[in-house]
Amino acid sequence: MSDHVYEEHAHGSIKAYIIGFILSIVLTIIPVVMVFYHLGSKQIIFYGILLMAVLQFVIQLFFFMHIREGEKPRYNVIALILGIVFVFTIVYGSVWIMGFNYMVQ
Amino acid sequence: MMEHTMHNHGHDHAHGHVDQEELKILGFWIFLVTDVILFSTLFGTFAVLRTHFNGGPTGKELFEAPGYLAETFILLTSSFTSGLATLEMHKGKKNSLIVWLIITAILGALFIGLEVNEFSKMVKDGATISTSAFLSSFFTLVGTHGAHVSVGLVWMIAIMVQLARYGITDVMKRKVTMISLYWHFLDAVWIFILTVVYLMGVM
Repeated sequence: MSDHVYEEHAHGSIKAYIIGFILSIVLTIIPVVMVFYHLGSKQIIFYGILLMAVLQFVIQLFFFMHIREGEKPRYNVIALILGIVFVFTIVYGSVWIMGFNYMVQ
Repeated sequence: MMEHTMHNHGHDHAHGHVDQEELKILGFWIFLVTDVILFSTLFGTFAVLRTHFNGGPTGKELFEAPGYLAETFILLTSSFTSGLATLEMHKGKKNSLIVWLIITAILGALFIGLEVNEFSKMVKDGATISTSAFLSSFFTLVGTHGAHVSVGLVWMIAIMVQLARYGITDVMKRKVTMISLYWHFLDAVWIFILTVVYLMGVM
């Protein structure tokens, strides 16, 4: 009876966790190999490993943290999107604005 | 104590009731967003200062692949095992749940052990938090993550104790879900630490 509260939540299955785990391992190994064996230009490696990091994050979000489609209002997704706006503003904004400080090193 | 025996309201929005445990989960997601903001500032700072070596050692000279790769796979596996723990929880299997939480905690402790070892070695080699801006931002960013993991370990142990005492109630389910989310989040942050700090540092 007290279990009905959680039935509507995405519990995930063992399959979801295993897929997420394996994909995460793959998305870790590829960047490591790319960097250690210099597979590509500096630009390609830089953006490649960054992209794969974002991809792995999204995969873990889906397979581990269960950010998924549900019938109920997904306030946690909205909060997360706002969080990503913050990340982008703070990180990219800092790098951009401090780039004008080229007199210092 | 009473909290654990009370039953929840259902999703009865028509009557203005909201499920308390679900609300707390949402609240925790919002807390995680504030933690994201914290790590954003530390990442932003590191991104700006990552080449300011002050004549001191660079990442390439300091970072040891076996160390940070082991840390990575250990933490990732612990995130996976915490997921297995929640699966057992939803099946109502208290003992299996606790076992997987113990495994998760052991992996977490291993991660911390490796990181303490890594930091100690750096300090011994003269690479301290005050050596350069690069190292200041490195120790602050990675250290803050490590502090979060350490807090998580203490929290996890407390949850295990409570599980042994109260079993799997609605409240305990919410608690386990929360610490699980926290643990997954820490692995997510580490993905970017590995990429931006270590991999880009040795490129």
